Amino acid sequence: MTEWWTYRLSSFLMFSPRTYWRLVESYNRDIWPAPVVAAGAGLVLLWLTAVPRPGGGRIVAAILAVAWLWVGWAFHWQRYATINWAAGYFAVAFWLQAALLVIAGVFRSSDPERVPRARVRNVGLTLAVCGLLLYPLAGLPAGRPWAQAEVFGVMPEPTAMVTLGLLLATGQSHTRWLSIVPVLSLAVGMATLWLISS
Amino acid sequence: MKRRTLLLRSLPALGAAAALAQNNAAARPLTKPIPSSNEQIPLVGLGSWITFNVGNDRPARDQCAEVMRNFFAAGGRLIDSSPMYGSSQGVIGEGLQKLGAQRQVFSADKVWTSSRGAQQIEASRQLWRVAGFDLLQVHNLLAWQEQLPLLQEMKAAGRLRYVGITTSEGRRHRDMEQIMRGHRLDFVQLTYNLLDREAEQRLLPLAQERGIAVIANRPFREGALLRELQRRPLPAWAAEIGCASWAQIALKFIVSHPALTCAIPATSNAAHVRENMAAASGPMPDEAFRRRMAADVEKF
Repeated sequence: MTEWWTYRLSSFLMFSPRTYWRLVESYNRDIWPAPVVAAGAGLVLLWLTAVPRPGGGRIVAAILAVAWLWVGWAFHWQRYATINWAAGYFAVAFWLQAALLVIAGVFRSSDPERVPRARVRNVGLTLAVCGLLLYPLAGLPAGRPWAQAEVFGVMPEPTAMVTLGLLLATGQSHTRWLSIVPVLSLAVGMATLWLISS
Repeated sequence: MKRRTLLLRSLPALGAAAALAQNNAAARPLTKPIPSSNEQIPLVGLGSWITFNVGNDRPARDQCAEVMRNFFAAGGRLIDSSPMYGSSQGVIGEGLQKLGAQRQVFSADKVWTSSRGAQQIEASRQLWRVAGFDLLQVHNLLAWQEQLPLLQEMKAAGRLRYVGITTSEGRRHRDMEQIMRGHRLDFVQLTYNLLDREAEQRLLPLAQERGIAVIANRPFREGALLRELQRRPLPAWAAEIGCASWAQIALKFIVSHPALTCAIPATSNAAHVRENMAAASGPMPDEAFRRRMAADVEKF
């Protein structure tokens, strides 16, 4: 891209807010009751993280991997790609994250004795709770209906938030590597949401 | 200034078809000739950036087809898109088929990525559901050294009618000027509106000199210009050029420039497309009036 410095963030927004939120609503409707199941799986994740038990880390990693696989396929690949050509690349990144979670979390589970500092653990759990319980409510004050709620395991941003929170809270030994895709996803997602709400 | 005076001053730039259209302004838009062929093109076309990128949303796709129906009913012809515009090409193609308007449309598309340009053009053609494109443009001058010869070859082989290049938001005007001087082009597309008038300095005079048609994109700055203008009442002079809205003022300012061939506002609203098309009829501002329009808007 030439003269890249002349492009604003808004130059890359290629759909209207109305189109985006209608797509989210249609997606939630198509996969119903999957958003409820995903939210339930998120609660299980929180419980397994808040009350550690042998093998719990593997279950957490496995559920997160399924969530990233699903969001990559059902949202990015199948739906978002119809209005954003970059979504195909996002899908690949989400599948890569799922693979990393499987490798690092399931086959090479973290040391059960490894416990993060209390402050880090609390920050992680708070972030996960925000992604799981508060993020889906974020659209209501803006007048968006429940049908457009963004739920963990269904939409990218809450999935990334919960993942980052659980990585911090569990003290996963590969947290740094496993955080790259969620952080990037969150940055792109938040930038998009900021553009379509401004 | 009286409407009749304005009309008479603007007539030389509008062509014979335009003069005839005055008698039936509501039904037929004014036209200007494409310099390389003298084919007449309505002054207002239809863009598709953002507005037609609605994915698989059935009601939204039907709404876009309705916009196209109103566009063609008002005498519109040129629709512009790009493979970069998400689902827009497919939405246009579906609308054209639904309306049976494949022969009526003046199809203007772009080649975008640097590799496999021919394959991309063929994929675009299939999405448009047309036999071939009227106009293909090198999108934002990307890889123009490779793409322009490809388009010229297609034109020479009779598989394309017109060749062009595009830029937007004032980018790469110097490169565009060099290409306009060094290559045979039928069209250039650039950003020109009440506030973005850099093209007046060099590119528009050069287009006139070289006999190149000019398409103006971003006539409303993606709506931002209109949102700003609509906070204010219409100026008294709007009636003198037959404008009932700021959108029509903005469009008449653009298409009345002697070098401009066509403006391509994008909308997903059928009422807005009718309002836009109405700007391609009635009296047009002359040069002095245009300066006054720009000065007044700049004061805001």
